[in-house]
Amino acid sequence: MLLLLILFPLVVAVATLFAKENAKRVALLGALIEFGLSIVMLMQFNPNGGRQFMIDYWWVQNLGISFKIGADGVSMLLVLLTTFLTPIIILSSFSHQYKNPSLFYSLILVMQMALVGVFVALDGFLFYIFWELALIPIYLICLIWGEKDRVRITLKFFIYTLLGSLFMLVGLIYLYLQTPGTHSFDVNALYGLHLSDAEQRWIFWAFFAAFAIKMPLFPFHTWQPDTYTDSPTPGTMLLSGIMLKMGVYGLIRWLLPIVPQGVHDYGMLAMVLSIIGIVYASCIALVQKDFKRLIAYSSIAHVGLISAGIFSLTIQGLQGGMIQMLSHGINVVGLFFIADIIMRRMNTREMKELGGIRNVAPQFATYFIIILLASITLPLTNGFIGEFLLFNGVYQYNAWMAAIAGLGIILGAVYMLTSYQKIVLGEKNKLTETFTDLTSSEKMVLIPLVIMIFWIGIYPKPLLDIAEPSLKAIQDIVNNKSGFTLK
Amino acid sequence: MMQLVWLIPVFPLAGFLIISFLKNVLPKNLSGVLASVMVLASFCISVGLFFKVNEAVTIDYFNWIHAGNLSIPFSFLIDHASILMLLIVTGVGFLIHVYSIGYMSHDENKSRFFAHLNLFIFFMLLLVMGSNYVIMFAGWEGVGLCSYLLIGFWFKNDEYNRAANKAFIMNRIGDLGFLLGIILIYVTFHSTNFQEVFSLDKAKYYNQPVIIAITMLLFIGAMGKSAQIPLYTWLPDAMAGPTPVSALIHAATMVTAGIYIVVRSNVLYSLAPATLSFITLIGTATAIFAATIAVAQTDIKKVLAYSTVSQLGYMFVALGVGSYSTGLFHVTTHAFFKALLFLAAGSVIHAMSGEQDIRKMGGLRKKLPVTFIVFLIGTLAISGIPPFAGFFSKDEILVHAYEQNKFVFILLSITSLLTAFYMFRLLFLTFFGTFRGTMDQEHHLHESPPVMTVPLIILALLSTFGGFLGMPHVFSDHHLFEKYLEPLLSVPASIIHSEASGSFEWMMMIAFTVTLIILYIITRGFFSKQQNVPALNENDFNPSTRVLFNKYYVDELYDSIIVKPLYWLSDIFYKIFDNRLVDGTVNALGKGVVWGGRTLRLVQSGNIGFYIFIMVVSIIAIFVFNIYLK
Repeated sequence: MLLLLILFPLVVAVATLFAKENAKRVALLGALIEFGLSIVMLMQFNPNGGRQFMIDYWWVQNLGISFKIGADGVSMLLVLLTTFLTPIIILSSFSHQYKNPSLFYSLILVMQMALVGVFVALDGFLFYIFWELALIPIYLICLIWGEKDRVRITLKFFIYTLLGSLFMLVGLIYLYLQTPGTHSFDVNALYGLHLSDAEQRWIFWAFFAAFAIKMPLFPFHTWQPDTYTDSPTPGTMLLSGIMLKMGVYGLIRWLLPIVPQGVHDYGMLAMVLSIIGIVYASCIALVQKDFKRLIAYSSIAHVGLISAGIFSLTIQGLQGGMIQMLSHGINVVGLFFIADIIMRRMNTREMKELGGIRNVAPQFATYFIIILLASITLPLTNGFIGEFLLFNGVYQYNAWMAAIAGLGIILGAVYMLTSYQKIVLGEKNKLTETFTDLTSSEKMVLIPLVIMIFWIGIYPKPLLDIAEPSLKAIQDIVNNKSGFTLK
Repeated sequence: MMQLVWLIPVFPLAGFLIISFLKNVLPKNLSGVLASVMVLASFCISVGLFFKVNEAVTIDYFNWIHAGNLSIPFSFLIDHASILMLLIVTGVGFLIHVYSIGYMSHDENKSRFFAHLNLFIFFMLLLVMGSNYVIMFAGWEGVGLCSYLLIGFWFKNDEYNRAANKAFIMNRIGDLGFLLGIILIYVTFHSTNFQEVFSLDKAKYYNQPVIIAITMLLFIGAMGKSAQIPLYTWLPDAMAGPTPVSALIHAATMVTAGIYIVVRSNVLYSLAPATLSFITLIGTATAIFAATIAVAQTDIKKVLAYSTVSQLGYMFVALGVGSYSTGLFHVTTHAFFKALLFLAAGSVIHAMSGEQDIRKMGGLRKKLPVTFIVFLIGTLAISGIPPFAGFFSKDEILVHAYEQNKFVFILLSITSLLTAFYMFRLLFLTFFGTFRGTMDQEHHLHESPPVMTVPLIILALLSTFGGFLGMPHVFSDHHLFEKYLEPLLSVPASIIHSEASGSFEWMMMIAFTVTLIILYIITRGFFSKQQNVPALNENDFNPSTRVLFNKYYVDELYDSIIVKPLYWLSDIFYKIFDNRLVDGTVNALGKGVVWGGRTLRLVQSGNIGFYIFIMVVSIIAIFVFNIYLK
């Protein structure tokens, strides 16, 4: 089942490559089938059953590398996020005329394959392969279809994240060499290691660098605003909606349980960076003029809170991080789509040139504000569930940190509402007069997002149920191995 | 009866959904009727609850959020406090809906207006019915959203949009306090359900830092929503919304949510004497501060807005001196007379074709007789003239304040006279003297249609007789209001039980009444004269009036000490810190590597001799290294 989920997008990617005119339709159909497959998988999934759908083949036997995949609750939800967002991302690009569309859509599907792989890999080496594999299609997407300054920016993005990954690779190999007998990259073998404090500390930094760059956390974030802004919107959506979660997922699966003592020693520092990032990025978002860039900075703020919640090591923080990964994925894709619609119609994203769109496009205004409210975490939308749990977790770690992080929700309201006012409210001008309301294909992108916003906001229980046992298990490993437990 | 409880919030929610989704199908005039019917239905069920429910009942629906031992059920708590609020919200809410049918009849977007009004009622009901702090918070932020949407209802005007943003953002500041308070409650009591939290060990927690922290954090939320110093400046600006919105949200219901949360948590507040003193302080300061500003305002809605801020301060004083039922009593009477005053003001504005400046009104009592009479009743009620509703609740607050703190009593008495003064001023400038508007406006003057006047008359009746729910003890022992809420309320241990003697209360009532009547006569003579109408040009004011007219320049102050520095700091973060320092370091590292590569490249010069030299040096180095290791 899981293998099918990884291989199917690859098959569709090849088919798309040969599909010429119909490339986007083939890609969409494939992505939808993939989503269907993941739903079937969800039906068979048992939240309390630990890792499921296990597949374990030797890959390079004498090096102890195996093709081992399986899904627990955390993986299950992130796989679902990937398969849910991919068709939406594909659909969102339908009104664009990309040159060489078959390659474009084919790369998106390759990307999907790699992402699913990252979320289900249970062998360190395999994880690393998928991790790097995901970088190639997104690099090409940004490089070929990006905006004016793309070459310089994507190169920086590529080198920066690659550098982070190399740190992780060194760490992984070191861990591998510590495993007993004929060494192994198996996740269980790595979890079972007894590392000295000193070893844990430097491995913590090696892994943290990789994940922090990917998310990105302050101060490793400077590749992100440029890359998000200059990539074609589907690329930005892939990056922010899903790829960013690779970093967070990395923390949960590959950092906390392997070097719990390292987390104990340096978690505080990671927390501080995360919290600084929230306030810092929110402030910077205040003074942005380009709406897409504003979303990019707001994304740094949101991720900061997610990471802080995870390093709080409380079940509320972990659950909040999990739910917020899904919510953030949905909301940020929605926001970037809104920015894309504006760009496509007005050929600018400068907020001061816009205004009064609500007069001519009321439906657009309505969808916009729903997604905006979700992103500023209004209760009964998905944003609130995650944020409430995250704050809870951070508060239990340190009350003052929660209070400072809370400035993010105030500032979030400021920059989001101000930009809504600048773009949508007020009198229309010469430019925005011509703004046409949503087309039906655009609505088909927005409606599923809005449904998910309210569903998760009102009845998040099924998702919380899926994630809880797996997160508890990880929390237990962390607590038992490092010999400290939280109050 | 209990099976129907879920319908109370669902009716208005359904109204919102139906009107929003069928906007293009539904006849425009039907939306107002539909919205009103939905609220009426909720009101009917609430009345049923009032007669049936005698003890607190929790109704569980589903598990909303859970993680580890944290569990937030989606459930409602029906007890006397929530029933009282249900009646106010749906009752006054219904009247305002009906009124709006007339008021908004010319607006092309009235469907959207009624949809949002219904949504507001839904969130307000969630707020008062929630059985735990998180549901309450959901309603709390939801009403804030509706307030934002309705203040900015006429979204073409950027001034209004800014007012809407300001309201939302200032409330967010309070909401952060509330949210942290909820989390501290969970961390302390492992639950956010009211009934579990309130069954805490009182002796153990009395005057403990944690209780003081919780109550202070919740009160920060209350200061935002109920517009207390320093978070009050959004409320006067919120008058940008249509007048029924000002009546419903910014006078009768939403802004009293802050009082409700304190009364709801009275068990906790009674354990925190320091917080109670703080509430008294803030309440008193806000009451007198806002009243002085109201004295110099010239916009009919602004006067009422500052009056609301001031009256909310009164209510907080009642809570601060530990008299929770009095606080809710004033919430109730205030809901009647302030909704009445706003709607009557709306009727005036309607007649004046949108004019809100009282300097351009005058002599309206002949043209708008019904509006005049109800406005007069509202004025008498808020000023505290017997037997109108405000008299009873205000008297009660003053008596309790006197028992606890003489200084607070004196300040509140002054406020009470100021209140009467600015209300009389408003009344006489608007309805007496001669008309000062344009010919067009005069020609157009008309009494409002029955759909607007009937709700006004009902509210006028409530403002007249509502006070008898809480007769002072010197008159009778049947204080219905206090009896009804008694099972829920606690008495702070810090409260001094020196029941003000009956003779003092009598004296106070008589003294106030006589003073107010004299004041009425003086102001009537004064403001009916043309030369005493405030000047149209701000420069003609004397300096002290100008300070008051400009609201003590608090907005300007906030702008220069908070808003501007924030943007300045953000700019520095962005332009210098992020672009130069952080990114600059990254780029410098990259350049360093490139430079290193370029320099090292020169080593590969193709000179065989050099290569051999390096090789020999290396071999020696390895050799030395090996020896050293052994």
